[in-house]
Amino acid sequence: MPQLEDRKEHHSELAEGVSARVSTTDQVQIKTPAKICGMGHRKKRKEDPRFIQGKGNYVDDVKLPGMLYMDIVRSPYAHAKIKSIDASAALEMEGVVAVITGEDLKAAGNLHWMPTLMSDTQMVLPIDKVVYYAQEVCAVIATSRYVAADAIEQVFVDYEPLDAVVDPFEALKDEVIVRDDKEKKTNHIWHWEAGDKAATDAVLKDAATVVKEKLYIPRIHVSSIETCGMVANYNKAREHMQIYMTSQAPHAHRTVFALVSGLPEHKIQIISPDIGGGFGGKVPVYPGYVICAVASLVTGKPVKWIEDRSENLQADSFARDYHIEAEMAANEDGKITGLRVKTLSDCGAADAAANPSKFPAGLYSICTGSYDMKAAHIEVDGVYTTKPPGGVAYRCSFRVTEAVHMIERMTDIMAHQLGEDPADFRLKNFIRPDQFPYKSPTGWEYDSGNYEGALKKAMEMIDYRALRQEQKEMRAKGELMGIGISSFTEVVGAGPSKDYDILGIKMFDSAEIRIHPTGKAMARFGTKSQGQGHETTYAQIIAEELGLPSDDIEVEEGDTDTAPYGLGTYASRSTPTAGAAAAMAARKIKAKAKKIAAHLLEVGEEDLEWNVDRFQVKGSPDQAKTIQEIAFAAYTNHPQGMEAGLEAVDYYDPPNLTFPFGSYICVVDIDKGTGEVKIRRFVAVDDCGHIINPMIVEGQIHGGLTMGLAPAMYEEIVYDENGQNLSGTFADYLLPTAVESPKWELGKTITPSPHHPIGAKGVGESPTVGAPPAIANAVVDALWHLGVRHIDIPITPQKVWKLLRDNGVTD
Amino acid sequence: MSNHEITLTINGETVTRTVEARTLLVHFIREDLSLTGTHIGCDTTSCGACTVLVDGKPVKSCTMFAVQAEGADIETIESLAAGGSLHPLQEGFWEKHGLQCGYCTPGMIMSAKGFLAEHPNPTEDEIRHGISGNLCRCTGYNKIVEAIQYAAEKLQSAEAGGE
Repeated sequence: MPQLEDRKEHHSELAEGVSARVSTTDQVQIKTPAKICGMGHRKKRKEDPRFIQGKGNYVDDVKLPGMLYMDIVRSPYAHAKIKSIDASAALEMEGVVAVITGEDLKAAGNLHWMPTLMSDTQMVLPIDKVVYYAQEVCAVIATSRYVAADAIEQVFVDYEPLDAVVDPFEALKDEVIVRDDKEKKTNHIWHWEAGDKAATDAVLKDAATVVKEKLYIPRIHVSSIETCGMVANYNKAREHMQIYMTSQAPHAHRTVFALVSGLPEHKIQIISPDIGGGFGGKVPVYPGYVICAVASLVTGKPVKWIEDRSENLQADSFARDYHIEAEMAANEDGKITGLRVKTLSDCGAADAAANPSKFPAGLYSICTGSYDMKAAHIEVDGVYTTKPPGGVAYRCSFRVTEAVHMIERMTDIMAHQLGEDPADFRLKNFIRPDQFPYKSPTGWEYDSGNYEGALKKAMEMIDYRALRQEQKEMRAKGELMGIGISSFTEVVGAGPSKDYDILGIKMFDSAEIRIHPTGKAMARFGTKSQGQGHETTYAQIIAEELGLPSDDIEVEEGDTDTAPYGLGTYASRSTPTAGAAAAMAARKIKAKAKKIAAHLLEVGEEDLEWNVDRFQVKGSPDQAKTIQEIAFAAYTNHPQGMEAGLEAVDYYDPPNLTFPFGSYICVVDIDKGTGEVKIRRFVAVDDCGHIINPMIVEGQIHGGLTMGLAPAMYEEIVYDENGQNLSGTFADYLLPTAVESPKWELGKTITPSPHHPIGAKGVGESPTVGAPPAIANAVVDALWHLGVRHIDIPITPQKVWKLLRDNGVTD
Repeated sequence: MSNHEITLTINGETVTRTVEARTLLVHFIREDLSLTGTHIGCDTTSCGACTVLVDGKPVKSCTMFAVQAEGADIETIESLAAGGSLHPLQEGFWEKHGLQCGYCTPGMIMSAKGFLAEHPNPTEDEIRHGISGNLCRCTGYNKIVEAIQYAAEKLQSAEAGGE
């Protein structure tokens, strides 16, 4: 795990104002005037004019001359041998250009298998057998979308069905082997541990109170409103592959394509244009992408592949699917002393998560959360089942949602078990502000935090004590009202190169800034926004550092030919990594600008000081050169012996992760007749360190909260015993609409990250991570007196109604 | 598959094209007319990304054949700022941060336009129900509601000013 000492190595001369201890405020810091619009301003987004006028450019909007269309034949079985594929009728259809099978990919250089991001393997197209329902079986290339869709109906595949294994506990028995391509005939993939087993066992053994619970965090799907897709355009004359792709990580994908296909990396250009939401679902490489690229290679024409929603829901990476058994210990004083967790991770037919390679269970060991305890031990086992592969995030930093749900549920169960108020119990057990940087029992070093500050603020906003009184009165009348708290700790910004890589590529990220002679700028990044507003926020960071108006800075991402290499946008890593790189690159420019200013003003550098947008002579502010004047001089009158121009690039390797946090309080009323849970109020206090744009942060929190509500109450990918997906359309997989989504009430505290150049931590996923246990805790809080200890999410009216009926509340 | 010649008005312009009977209106708009502001997000009429106005009413254009639009007056997102200035709904979405990835936005705005025509002075609850056929995965809807409230007020005051 990262150590504090390591932080000092990187860019120490540029990382201004960094200290280990920070204080908390609730005031957003603004240092620049509105015309510059640096950090802290509620700047309207620079990207919006094109979106509100229908002028965005998404992958399906790309139309190239002579373009062909691809559609995919998918398996109707979760597990079956393929006896034969007869595509002759399809090939005879007018407009059908080619049918691509696993055999064709094998002949093209063993492209029928590909590596996953977890160094496992996954079929691109099968030859012998299929291992999940809706698996890609072969692809049809045709002159139109409609002909391709017709033609897949004319491909006849002869299957011999095999037994499916849907339940991961059954899979562990190895009676049905999912991956018989592997040498070891077992469904068990990996075992992973964190923490200290002996110390934890001792703490549990001596504890005054131990609570134990089984929790299932169900399989869900990110369901960005834009599905995945690609336009591949191979130019035979140039031996060049141009790819438009729904990619959250275009550079990493370029490298994967080069390694898999053997095409030289400089002959591959990946363009990730406007992306209609990602949430982790556009991090993996799916078979469809590879087949589409091969189709263009084979036909020599541009080929477009756009998933249907049902294909997206049925075959693309899922999230979660963790079966957890947790035990929490407390001493006589009601202090949490230890946590023991065993978890089974249902990986589906391949380990195709997108975790850093040393972390098969992601950052799950953050699961001691916001609480100071002596010992913890975590064990996770990965297992294959005949379900689609995945294990990506769902707006979550590598399995942190699972960790937070478990610790926040267990904390609530312990508080109730001890007869303590859940808020007071948390306040008593929090890591205190003076304990930061805090070394957790599973090896993390939390950078900064003020957990009691956030919870107290949330309690004040919602008038917590009055709600408890009201609950007492309502319960006396037989009404069911519950109050749920979640005081979560996130861990984002992967990550320090010492520990974090994906397929060996270190998880730094990058920024390149070029200031033009007229003082306007172009900035390019290795990340890729999917709605987060990078074009605005990155410009604000640079504006803050250099005093250039943020409107004068054009931000570009997503074209691997022009952007500096980076690992992309997921896991709330853009601000912690590329946002830091933006500040660092700007500081390099500023250092050069100072030399130019000294030359222009004919003074020594030591005589100059920075003031918002200019260098001025100390004690003589009239003698100054603005950044625009300096930029012009960099091309017209730079000092002899100095390189012309004003630009810089920075590859930022973060010294540690960042640890955003917050406290949420949810109030629910339950209809005794129907089991319907109504969210009456939901207060969310988030602390993501320094805020770049409060409007965008609010938007991120609203969206994240709604994606926390979704799995808490509505969403679950369900399979029958044969492995058939029963939730493969939006008619069955229920996304919250404006009617279900509450009016979120937001509050904030600001505790900067001590090691991040601008003190920011990242925010996009905190609410998705923090919200589900607040809702679940509220529902259980309403029902605890009836003997209810736990309800697995999604908390549907049926589940609640059944509990009410079983407990004699309704009939 | 039979082909049909259809004539309709789209964003004020009359167009005549020959289409297959099965061509969905959304594909006709996006591919035959190259108006790619209208998006596709599902295959079950659930998400509303493809919402356009047909004779003033919001319609999910993935669930209507192009031939059914014969003689109709269709408005897509591209029509809203045609005069050179943003429509109050576009302004509202920009001012209030009513969008993030932008993919649901055109459908959401067209749905809201149809809704406001029927409910010029809506309550928050009416707005929420009014756009419940349109899914957004990014914003959590709160700021979309504010954007529509902004537009409603602006349209109301413009109307009052015009009287």
